[in-house]
Amino acid sequence: MKILVLISNVPDTTTKVRFTGDNTSFDDAGVQWIINPWDELALTRAMELKEAGGVDKITVANVGEKTTEPTLRKALAVGADDAIRVDVPARDAYFVARQLAEVAKDYDLILAGIEASDYNGNAVGGMLAEMLDFNSVSAVSGISIDGDKFTVNREIDGGSQLLSITGPLVAIVQKGIAKEPRIPAMRGIMMARKKPLNVVAAVDAHEKTSYVNYELPAPKAACKMVDEENAKELITLLHEEAKVL
Amino acid sequence: MSILVYTENWDGKFKKLSFELVSYAAAIAKEMDSSVTALSVGEVADDELNKLANYGASKVLKLEDNRFGSLDNKALSKAIAAAANKEGAKVVVFAHDNLGKALAPRVSVKLDAGLVSGATALPSSFDPFVIKKKVFTGKAFANVQINADIKVVTLSQNSFELAETAGTATIEAFDAAADDADFNTVVNETNKITGKVLLNDAEIVVSGGRGMKSGDNWGGLEELADLLGAGMACSRPVSDEGWRSHTEHVGQTGKIIAPNLYFAFGISGAIQHLGGVSSSKVIVAINKDPEAPIFEAADYGIVGDVFKVLPQLIDAVKAM
Ligand SMILES: Cc1cc2nc3c(=O)[nH]c(=O)nc-3n(C[C@H](O)[C@H](O)[C@H](O)COP(=O)(O)OP(=O)(O)OC[C@H]3O[C@@H](n4cnc5c(N)ncnc54)[C@H](O)[C@@H]3O)c2cc1C
Ligand SMILES: Nc1ncnc2c1ncn2[C@@H]1O[C@H](COP(=O)(O)O)[C@@H](O)[C@H]1O
Repeated sequence: MKILVLISNVPDTTTKVRFTGDNTSFDDAGVQWIINPWDELALTRAMELKEAGGVDKITVANVGEKTTEPTLRKALAVGADDAIRVDVPARDAYFVARQLAEVAKDYDLILAGIEASDYNGNAVGGMLAEMLDFNSVSAVSGISIDGDKFTVNREIDGGSQLLSITGPLVAIVQKGIAKEPRIPAMRGIMMARKKPLNVVAAVDAHEKTSYVNYELPAPKAACKMVDEENAKELITLLHEEAKVL
Repeated sequence: MSILVYTENWDGKFKKLSFELVSYAAAIAKEMDSSVTALSVGEVADDELNKLANYGASKVLKLEDNRFGSLDNKALSKAIAAAANKEGAKVVVFAHDNLGKALAPRVSVKLDAGLVSGATALPSSFDPFVIKKKVFTGKAFANVQINADIKVVTLSQNSFELAETAGTATIEAFDAAADDADFNTVVNETNKITGKVLLNDAEIVVSGGRGMKSGDNWGGLEELADLLGAGMACSRPVSDEGWRSHTEHVGQTGKIIAPNLYFAFGISGAIQHLGGVSSSKVIVAINKDPEAPIFEAADYGIVGDVFKVLPQLIDAVKAM
């Protein structure tokens, strides 16, 4: 069994978001880049599955420019066996999925995150599954290998389910898929330098969406304070002023 | 030509969310000189289907094939795309919930459409088609243009007001002619959360953080939530500690919610927490530390001890 983990390279979650060029592009000056938190958990679960036996190889893949390589190296340091970088700036989810479809065909299980923390696309995993004509399950909070099938926990609106599904499968993962992300150990970091990171040329594809511009939320009015001794006043304000009770 | 809206049901019933979606689709249809077709999958009685007409659907396609009960993503996407083709849909609308997020990307590829997920408003222009969505986990918005003939949109919860109209709909059986080979998902077990207000549906949410000190101290929050008909939530450390269930964890790595009113008791307001709640219309914070960052995000606040404040709030609500 071969597993592919999709890795999105995103700004650290504490980044102060700013835009340049008349709010037409994200200002990446001074930004620290990390593995998208869901992808980090997906990789952690892939490692656990490999340790449990039956997984021959874990590959990580990213669509991006050379600047994303430190993020892929980190994934190798966590324990992936090899990496693929499709050498082209990511445009939109459709474009990214088209690129990934070229390199993802031969895997039995593909793990994608439910969303990238930058553009919150909620799209690449599902699009890729459709392009490859693979099965897919979204909102996956647990997965294990059961012979030639997968046992999957998924969240549904109003509960959760335990499923069994045949591969090849794209599992789109969220909270619960692994407890804590694995941090690379020194030995892992040393080994990662020697692991293959294959750079693949992009294929011709057209994006279907374009980002016109960005807006920051309107600054909040100052918080209206109520005295601790007079907490009841808060309920009156919520009722009469804010009209939410 | 039409606007297709996928209206999910829960044991044969629609929710406010379904009507929100139809209202939204109707507003788009009006601008595009089109009409709304709703697609309903599963067994829903005709008088329930007719409720969709009250929000602007002029046609309802009902697909009653019970093989779809397993929510197989591949089979369901194929059926929705077939309905879109049959109706000549130019726009296909989904909820931005677990099922919508699972299906919209697949459907968009099938239709060679452009997708915007998590839209927060009506399109600001129709030609070109530009729509606003949240990015950077609520820290900003983007105006996204779809450059494809067909548009697929998932609508964020609580972003569109219900709009009732007097209308009637024709109900038409729809056969997706699905092949058994399309269904590869076998459901072995379903656990439904019952008897509680679902977090994603809740208009009011009562949430507690590490300031609550222990899982044994939640009685007051539960009482307040009961009185207000509110959903319950918590910060990540609270669910990590096992004080509360993981299903209540909100934030960047938990659920993202947008209720009308969010109460944060003993929550510091870390950026990852705010990522999940900052779209709430009104945020109320109770924290003993006046410097806690939650007060920067809050609309109303009390600097004080939750254990002193909570009983007063409960009394005040009881007296309402
Ligand atoms: C990648 C990443 C993702 C994360 N995702 C999430 C997420 O999804 N959701 C999330 O919540 N967190 C998330 N976190 C954790 C986040 O950074 C914070 O650590 C967490 O939100 C803090 O929870 P808290 O506010 O309950 O606890 P604390 O930060 O410990 O705050 C407790 C607050 O309670 C107040 N307090 C204490 N006693 C009382 C009292 N008696 N009365 C009134 N107030 C009192 C204190 O003043 C303090 O402000 C994430 C972190 C990382 C790194
Ligand atoms: N440029 C990319 N390269 C590789 N995988 C990606 C890329 N962008 C997104 N993904 C994957 O798709 C998931 C969802 O991203 P998105 O659809 O952009 O929100 C991420 O968690 C990744 O697993």
